[in-house]
Amino acid sequence: MKVLWQHRQARVGLILLLVMVVLVFVGPLFVGDPDAFVGRPLDPPSTAHWLGTTGQGQDVLAQTIVGGRTTLGLGMLVGLAVVAVGAFVGGLAGYLGGRVDDLLSFLINVFLVLPGLPLMVVLAAYLPAGPGSMAAVLILTGWAWNARVLRAQVASFRRRDFVEAAIVAGESPLRVLLVEILPNMASLLGGAVLGATTYAIGAQVGLEFLGLGDLGAVTWGTNLYWATNDSALLTGSWWTFVPTGTCVALTGLSLALINFGLDSLTNPALSADVGRGDPGPQPTPVRRST
Amino acid sequence: MTAFLPLLARRLGFYLLAAFAALTLNFFVPRMMPGDPASAIFARFQGKLEPAALDAMSAAFGISDDPLHVQYAEYLLNTAKGELGTSLTYFPAPVTEVIGTGLLWTVVLAGTALVLAFTLGSAIGAWAAWRRGGLLDRTAPPLLAFIGAFPYFWLAMVAVWGLGFQLGWFPVRHAYSPEVSPGWSLEFIASAVQHAILPAGTMIVASLGGWLLTMRNTMVGVLDTDAIRYAQARGLSPRRILWHYAVRNAMLPSLTSFGMALGFVLSGALLTEIVFGYPGQGYLLLQAVRGQDYPLLQGLFLTISFAVLAANFAVDLLTLLLDPRTRR
Repeated sequence: MKVLWQHRQARVGLILLLVMVVLVFVGPLFVGDPDAFVGRPLDPPSTAHWLGTTGQGQDVLAQTIVGGRTTLGLGMLVGLAVVAVGAFVGGLAGYLGGRVDDLLSFLINVFLVLPGLPLMVVLAAYLPAGPGSMAAVLILTGWAWNARVLRAQVASFRRRDFVEAAIVAGESPLRVLLVEILPNMASLLGGAVLGATTYAIGAQVGLEFLGLGDLGAVTWGTNLYWATNDSALLTGSWWTFVPTGTCVALTGLSLALINFGLDSLTNPALSADVGRGDPGPQPTPVRRST
Repeated sequence: MTAFLPLLARRLGFYLLAAFAALTLNFFVPRMMPGDPASAIFARFQGKLEPAALDAMSAAFGISDDPLHVQYAEYLLNTAKGELGTSLTYFPAPVTEVIGTGLLWTVVLAGTALVLAFTLGSAIGAWAAWRRGGLLDRTAPPLLAFIGAFPYFWLAMVAVWGLGFQLGWFPVRHAYSPEVSPGWSLEFIASAVQHAILPAGTMIVASLGGWLLTMRNTMVGVLDTDAIRYAQARGLSPRRILWHYAVRNAMLPSLTSFGMALGFVLSGALLTEIVFGYPGQGYLLLQAVRGQDYPLLQGLFLTISFAVLAANFAVDLLTLLLDPRTRR
């Protein structure tokens, strides 16, 4: 963590993330009820409503801040869960090898080639709306990528001497995996959680924008859904969608910056040749389906 | 070349199994979910249709009181024959026909955007790596990474609001103007192109960064190899080194991604089509969800999945042919 702090881009990312977290988890204490009808519909920003009002006459600032609580909270939880499932399946496949590996690898590869966004839409269409369904859909469509990466890592650790020694010493497979192998992959797992959180926030906002979430809840995704449905674009009410979109982008940017710092710390090849005003290798963008 | 055919057979086997998994998922997901599509359909058409017509429809959709495995066999048989049932939103049009109307729009829009983004992004990426540390190399990657942090559909919304409504430069909905009738007339094509600029443009801007960075990062590696140093030592012109040596060697990862992206053309424009009301596959998919049109939803998911699988298989095949290292 201390080393990460010394990396310039990672530091900017950490500060930005902290700001966002404080804003959406502490901020709701200071703003009013986001569902309350407080003014005329589609009022531009003013001293009474700093970011104007929505098409229903609700305060945009309150909606943006409170909306982030659900989106960011669920995004972080799902990010952790996605990596946990990926580490479990990938770890099992990489550790056990043989038939189990063949079967699990096949499963992983099938989930990788199935188109993610349409699958999410189909699943979300059948499940009842709510945070539980949303989490289930995101985990089901997101775990495979991590499982593949972690499977390869675990498989390579499996043949190391210290792992062989632990097995000979009679430790149970689960213990070997959890105590001997996974702690050695901490930075990889950390990067995976950051990536999975970015994915969980993006996909969640996208699905809710399509109207496939709980439309009664206030989230970043539903904010944008209502902005289009209340014809914000037609009336030029930019304040109904610019604040939420900016918040999503800043959160995504902060995670990307931290991930980039983590990457260049654990992979010396990336930070080797910086000079002559060379910005160095650039972070590869997270795969996403638009 | 020795191991080529067995490898090919293995890959083919995998994709056939994956296609089977997609088919199975498509059958079981609606049947395992709490919301029952059958009752949704019947509730909707109760009293509007003759009981005989309802029976025929449930048979087409594969809903019956038969045990699950019988239904499943029937479903596989129907899909093999290309019978995907009848759409409910566009009743009584068959699902295949509805999908057909959206297919062309999506392929043209997303295909054009993909080819343009790939060409432009790879060219800029190659140039940035060639002039490493230059103005382009310092500005383009961070700028595009910043744009990439925004949700894609949000960028599209901003484009609709700014360029569409505020400035009025582009039409903001549908694929062509309601005043022209579809056909191969000059007027219609002009209208279609005009309607495609904004959606295609936002897709290009959003995906440019990925192509650029893939190309740039591979190029940086290639430029550092002995092959390039040898070419320089031979006194070849820089232009020849760039295009004949560096770019050709750095193309493979980008080409592989391009092939995979081709498969995602059918699904990749989903959010674009929804923001712009563009009548393609993604728009149909959302219509199917909103109208609880389960036959159409299943049909679309199947078409999209098969397209992705076919493209992935084609890429695997090409990689096996082009890169001897993958044949081991």
